[in-house]
Amino acid sequence: MKRIAGLAIGVLALCAIVLADNALLINGAGATFPYPIYSKWFDVYHTNNPNFQFNYQSVGSGAGIKQVTEGTVDFGATDGPMNDDQLKAYQDKHGSGILHFPTVLGADVPTYNISGVTGALNFTPDALAGIFLGKVTKWNDPAIAGANKGVNLPAADIVVVHRSDGSGTTYIWTDYLSKVSDEWKSKVSKGTSVNWPVGLGGKGNEGVTGLVKQTPNSIGYVELIYVVQNNIPYGSVKNSSGNFVKADLASVTAAAAGAAKQMPDDFRVSITNAPGKTAYPISSFTWLLIPQKFQDAGKRDAIKGFLKWMLNDGQNSVETLSYAKLPKEVVEKEKKAINSIQ
Amino acid sequence: MATTTTAMKSAGPVSGSRSFLARLRNGDEIVRLITLIFAATVVLITAALVWELWANSALPRQKFGFNFFVTSVWDPIMDQFGALPFIYGTMVTSAVALVIAVPLGIGAAIFLAELAPPRVSDILQFFIDLLAAVPSVIYGLLGVFIVVPLMRTVIYPALNKPFGYLPIFKGPSYGVGFMTAGIVLAIMVIPYIISVSREVLLSVPRDQREAALALGSTRWESTWKVVVPFAKTGIMGSIFLALARALGETMAVTMVIGNTPKIAASLFAPGYSIAAVIANEFTEATGDLYLQSLIALGLVLFLLTFVLNGLARLLIVVTTQKGSEVGG
Amino acid sequence: MNGRLRWRKFVSNFMLAMTGVCAVVSVLVLFFILGYLLFNGGTSINWDFFTKLPKPVGETGGGMSNAIVGSGKILLLASLIGVPIGFLGGIYLAEFSGKGMASVVRYAADLLNGVPSIVIGIFAYSLVVLPFKHFSAYAGAFALGMMMIPITLRSTEEFLKSVPRMLREGAMALGASKWKTIATVIVPAAYRGIMTAILLALARVAGETAPLLFTAFGNRFESHGWSQPTATLPVMIYTYAVSPYDDWHRQAWAAGLVLLGLVLIINIMARTILSRGIAVPRS
Repeated sequence: MKRIAGLAIGVLALCAIVLADNALLINGAGATFPYPIYSKWFDVYHTNNPNFQFNYQSVGSGAGIKQVTEGTVDFGATDGPMNDDQLKAYQDKHGSGILHFPTVLGADVPTYNISGVTGALNFTPDALAGIFLGKVTKWNDPAIAGANKGVNLPAADIVVVHRSDGSGTTYIWTDYLSKVSDEWKSKVSKGTSVNWPVGLGGKGNEGVTGLVKQTPNSIGYVELIYVVQNNIPYGSVKNSSGNFVKADLASVTAAAAGAAKQMPDDFRVSITNAPGKTAYPISSFTWLLIPQKFQDAGKRDAIKGFLKWMLNDGQNSVETLSYAKLPKEVVEKEKKAINSIQ
Repeated sequence: MATTTTAMKSAGPVSGSRSFLARLRNGDEIVRLITLIFAATVVLITAALVWELWANSALPRQKFGFNFFVTSVWDPIMDQFGALPFIYGTMVTSAVALVIAVPLGIGAAIFLAELAPPRVSDILQFFIDLLAAVPSVIYGLLGVFIVVPLMRTVIYPALNKPFGYLPIFKGPSYGVGFMTAGIVLAIMVIPYIISVSREVLLSVPRDQREAALALGSTRWESTWKVVVPFAKTGIMGSIFLALARALGETMAVTMVIGNTPKIAASLFAPGYSIAAVIANEFTEATGDLYLQSLIALGLVLFLLTFVLNGLARLLIVVTTQKGSEVGG
Repeated sequence: MNGRLRWRKFVSNFMLAMTGVCAVVSVLVLFFILGYLLFNGGTSINWDFFTKLPKPVGETGGGMSNAIVGSGKILLLASLIGVPIGFLGGIYLAEFSGKGMASVVRYAADLLNGVPSIVIGIFAYSLVVLPFKHFSAYAGAFALGMMMIPITLRSTEEFLKSVPRMLREGAMALGASKWKTIATVIVPAAYRGIMTAILLALARVAGETAPLLFTAFGNRFESHGWSQPTATLPVMIYTYAVSPYDDWHRQAWAAGLVLLGLVLIINIMARTILSRGIAVPRS
């Protein structure tokens, strides 16, 4: 018995070593917002380039920023750009900087689960702020009903769902609310992890979608693809021009139009509540966080190769997953920025 | 053992006159040293763990001091961290778990120790031991897909409609919350209560029962009024053991508690526990104060379980010893 | 008088029946869990589950081959770390140590045993992930191995101590040195009990999720060698269960069934080995 066990252990150990093949594994972690398109991209890229395996873990933007700063992953991903303190922390720790590379445009949408309501509800900025501040507590409150005449809203308590982990999706949502509600700005403000006045916490976009799907009379904020893939209703939001706009490729692209022309060199920009008649007000870029200096030349070249592919072929598949392509100007600017990775 | 070792002078413990190297040539000494090193490793690991927890939670200790335990604000943006909501959530879910598990567990233990024929008792205990082996993530899985809908459709209406005026049953139900987590925890800790209580009850000497029955009590009366009080401290020990397990439980709780760092009187409200917040926020805690506050929470949890486990063991040992001393 | 006695007898029978109900309910829970998992997981287990890698988010199909292999690798390495420390430490406690050192080691082991698994995860992260700068299989194995130490140590000590004096004294009378006695007589005599303890320790850590969250992390592909992030069954179950995708739920049930089956089989094996062997003290 002992001999057999010993033999088994030996064989297994040997296998583990021998089967270590040549594929280079590059580890990344971060935002759940773009996870569907990233997992698709990495899968396709690996099929085309079997020597590279990009292992992306969807753990939330907060964890993405933290782990890439700690150096435990090779690249990060976030929908809430790193602030100056975080950039400095990275610089202090590594002696070189970290770059933001926008990958796609996406949108945070309000999704809900109300029996009998299958269409798109209209949400004003005040309604959304009120709901998430805990001041609008019932679905048939005038703040909501006023914009949705003709819809039978129940007198039920609203169950708010937010993120329990550090999230770029949260950053986008709170960034928007801070812009449209002074009360929100002073009470809660914006960030990847905020002090929510009310609500249940779900882990990742996946967790929030799951909770909303299972909890009657709930409302949550998730990236567009999650409501599309799960066939659940989502609402329109009133933009800065006064129109109720539903998130889709056109409205998200419209939101980025202004920023595209004035993109800063470090690519950190907020496009929530963007001007424009057809712009969807809770849109955002999402970024890959790539270290400026790599110790491992193999990993550096692999990442540079991926980025180039992502800006060309990769952009062609984003629309099938309801993300909007990057504006042309941004793509050109990024192609130049790739050269600064050493 | 002493007589045999003195007879084996060449292999036993050595006198100080032999040099270390000479001792090493003796095979026994080498083996002794090797095993000593491994045993010392255990001590080293444990010491390192405690030290790491203490050293890496220095910042919140310096900044907040005792206030850390009584503040209920958890705000990563403003760098304000208070442990109260998590301590509260951990306590409440464990309390709910015990309220459910203790009566059921002691009842089952009484049955297994007093009533069931030995073979039946052993077989049932075997199954209960298997229940203790079920991984916690599986309980979480069942919690999400069975207990949460059950809570929403059956348990909440049953408790809220008649008793909704009580603060603990007030308010809307989300499916997830303190009570849901408590129910899942109850299932997880029942096996501990049953197996330890059963052992303790079995160790009560026969005289006690027989004396009571001889005095004319019914079977139940002799059990409840004589045997159980005799084993009382051991049963308390089993409850402490179960409590320690419930406190440290992570996965099953985070999947059904609602992950909301708020203190609420209602059992139907969502909450948070120490283990759950560490699991959710540890990999993303940017900033030293944030990370160290989480580690400080881990230290609190560790101390709680440490004290409970120690007490439990003491109580159980005292009871089983009492049983063998009184004789039977 | 008679009426009162009849009441007391009724109460007695009723309460005793209730205790029976408690016992039956507790056991039924186990069968319910098994049955539910079999029903939901059994219908989802197919050949793909064991052989394919996970598919991109939102697409149906794929499997958990990397998680199954990953769990196996980590458990293997955890045993290689935890068992020798526990086993040899136990030998020290049972055969060589003086009272002082013994109580210190035992105390440390009991302390380690009571540490909540998430705190072990924190420790392993600070000790193994941060210095080496990556999540890895060996970080996960380190965390799980540490959890195996106390059970293995205490059980080894108990079973070695319970070996009858006659065997010991017989060997010594024949002139065997102490270590030879231990290696050739005492350990083999306590073999069954020790194997049981190792199996039980293994079963306990096989289902642990929390310590793996920040050590082995996760991997959509197979991980090669020991220094890469590794997918494991418990973490996959957790990730899939809280997601909104029905196909992922289906796979979570299947994985749950596989994991539970594994843990129960190890447990049953351990207990049958024990029951067939010598009478040993319960740990």
